Amino acid sequence: MFKHFTTLQWKSFFRSASLGKSLAIKILMGFFALYMLSTMLMAGIGLFFGLQKAFPGTDPLTMVSNYLIYWVLAELFFRYFMQKLPVMDIKPLLTIPIKKRAITHYVLGRSGVSIYNLFDLVFFTPFTVVLLFQGYPVLHVIGWFVAMIAVVLSINYINFLINKSNTALLALLILLGGSYGLDYFDIYPVHELAGRLFYTLYQQPVFAIIPILLTIALYSINYRFLRNRIFLDASLRQKTKEAVTSDLSWTRKFGDIAPFLQLDLKLIWRNKRTKVQVFVSLAMIFYGLIFYSIEDFGLNSVIMVVVGILMTGIFLMNFGQFIPAWDSAYFSMIMSQNIPLRKYLEAKAGLIALSVVVMFLLSIPYVYFGWQALAINFSTALYNLGINIPVILFFGSMNKKRIDLTKSPVGNIQGTGAAQFLVGIPLFGAPMLIYGILTLLFSFEVAIASLAILGIVGFAYRKPILDTITLSYRKKKYGMIAGFQEKNG
Amino acid sequence: MITAQHLTKKYGNQIVLNIESLEIPKGQSFGLVGNNGAGKTTFFSLLLDLIQPTTGHIMNNGMQVNTSEAWKPFTSAFIDESFLIGYLTPEEYFYFIGELRGQNKADVNALLANFEDFFHGEILGQKKYLRDLSKGNQKKSGIVASFIGNPEVVVLDEPFANLDPTTQIRLKGVLKDLAAQQRVTVLVSSHDLMHVTEVCERIVVLNKGEVVKDIQTSEKTLEELELFFGKKSDSSKTASGT
Repeated sequence: MFKHFTTLQWKSFFRSASLGKSLAIKILMGFFALYMLSTMLMAGIGLFFGLQKAFPGTDPLTMVSNYLIYWVLAELFFRYFMQKLPVMDIKPLLTIPIKKRAITHYVLGRSGVSIYNLFDLVFFTPFTVVLLFQGYPVLHVIGWFVAMIAVVLSINYINFLINKSNTALLALLILLGGSYGLDYFDIYPVHELAGRLFYTLYQQPVFAIIPILLTIALYSINYRFLRNRIFLDASLRQKTKEAVTSDLSWTRKFGDIAPFLQLDLKLIWRNKRTKVQVFVSLAMIFYGLIFYSIEDFGLNSVIMVVVGILMTGIFLMNFGQFIPAWDSAYFSMIMSQNIPLRKYLEAKAGLIALSVVVMFLLSIPYVYFGWQALAINFSTALYNLGINIPVILFFGSMNKKRIDLTKSPVGNIQGTGAAQFLVGIPLFGAPMLIYGILTLLFSFEVAIASLAILGIVGFAYRKPILDTITLSYRKKKYGMIAGFQEKNG
Repeated sequence: MITAQHLTKKYGNQIVLNIESLEIPKGQSFGLVGNNGAGKTTFFSLLLDLIQPTTGHIMNNGMQVNTSEAWKPFTSAFIDESFLIGYLTPEEYFYFIGELRGQNKADVNALLANFEDFFHGEILGQKKYLRDLSKGNQKKSGIVASFIGNPEVVVLDEPFANLDPTTQIRLKGVLKDLAAQQRVTVLVSSHDLMHVTEVCERIVVLNKGEVVKDIQTSEKTLEELELFFGKKSDSSKTASGT
């Protein structure tokens, strides 16, 4: 039975849409995975020597044991967000003569080999090997290793049990914060106590049986929980959130683009992926802190132009690069409804312009580092408004890849194509080049004034520019409609 | 109102639609029937300028649909779920469509009041997003949305599929009412011969992209259609048998 399941899994992986993506993205994702794995591997190898160097005289294993408790809590915390039990995949299996027992074991067993556990394995294996080479007793080290793997699996299965409740998350957060606080203020040495427990696993390898039993117990709880719920109306039902209607009548001020503006705001707020991008964009305002506080660059450096473009234009890039793919699910409606294409694009441009203004206002405190900071951010904001908005809208006309808004935002690269990589060149490259050359030939003042003037000129001519862009959208309309309908694109 | 001239659509070497000439006068309720792959949705997509014709063109009230956008204000359609915006509630969706068609909330509410029966209390005020509604209820929302803003041309692809019997009967009533107003041209496609003969004044049968029958509906139409489709499947059986 498991053989069948495994082939199914295999096929679903190799025939999945993500594998059908363009080669460049596949390679990129491959590199990323490889990078993560090798980082874990290097950490596993290096940790022992690092600790030996940093804390001479202490046994590195004791140090590791001391802080394992934080790792356990932190991992539970992260997995709460990242890892979900893949129950939806088993829907088609329900009516096929397979015992529900087998299905349950399959789902739970499969989660045991998930990527999250693999990362831990890639960390603990080299660490164990290093311990062995350092002459730690073999039996004890193996016992400890087995115990750790059992702990990882326990985390895996605890996660599925607590995943449904927000209270559990809160408890976890309090536990994590609380024990760290107790440690930090020397009220109670939590890590030492937990460390002694974990170290015992090494001293008495027999005790490895405890985490193993824990894993088995958690597995069977999960099993019993899930086995009774393999029905369409129980765990297999997707949860629906209660809809919150919002008025947004303040958008009326923007005239006839108001309905689209409202639609876009709802789009952003009611879908996970877009919502995450808003937070990412807002957080990006701190990006400047890194560069402004590094003295080496100096306030007039070219790098500050990149910082300025990025800070004021982060939403422009994140949101803009997927126009009009955000609307891909209902694009045929948009195209046949009483919507002139131009109005549609104007509304998108308006929304992005709003974000640029907001981000610039948020970046004003950087004036603390000197008036140059404000000047650069102001001119790059203008440049974003006048030049980069049309550029990103124009590149949007090359989007043909569907974005499924209901998909999770984590690591989601749906809708990414060559256009997304190409668009970076004019967005950053052009202003950097202009600024670089002009500061070299003339002065800082001339350079930022030129960026600002370019932006103003672009803004002044936005009407004819938008006409041209509309034309290119009209030409590519049929390709977009066809592309957006391909669910596996 | 709608005329198609020398209209063809090819994908590679395959001709999916080939209509030499078709004219639908204003106010007619027009039914399109045919088996899967007959070209019904292709015709509607061409009519809405969602795909490009290989040759020929469609005129909608004197406007050529693939060069002008001026047909959009008086044409509305519901083809499939891709006409719905999943993250809106049905009300928000109706108001949005209303806004696009120059109707304020009060106008839309007045129209929706006529469909209370049709909605059966499952659409309005449910605090659910469209993406969370059942297929049937999504369809109902889409169909009603296509009536917003007094359109002169209403295009509905398979409106009866996925609907429960009560709603099918109600929808027939709604469509008959629309047809009774001489102003509105209704284009409906369906696999259900009975429904379509009941609702439409004229029925065109498509087969492999070509118009094979063009009937003014009478009492004998259903019989005629059943005979046609029954015979067709018989002949295809013998064809595949030999």
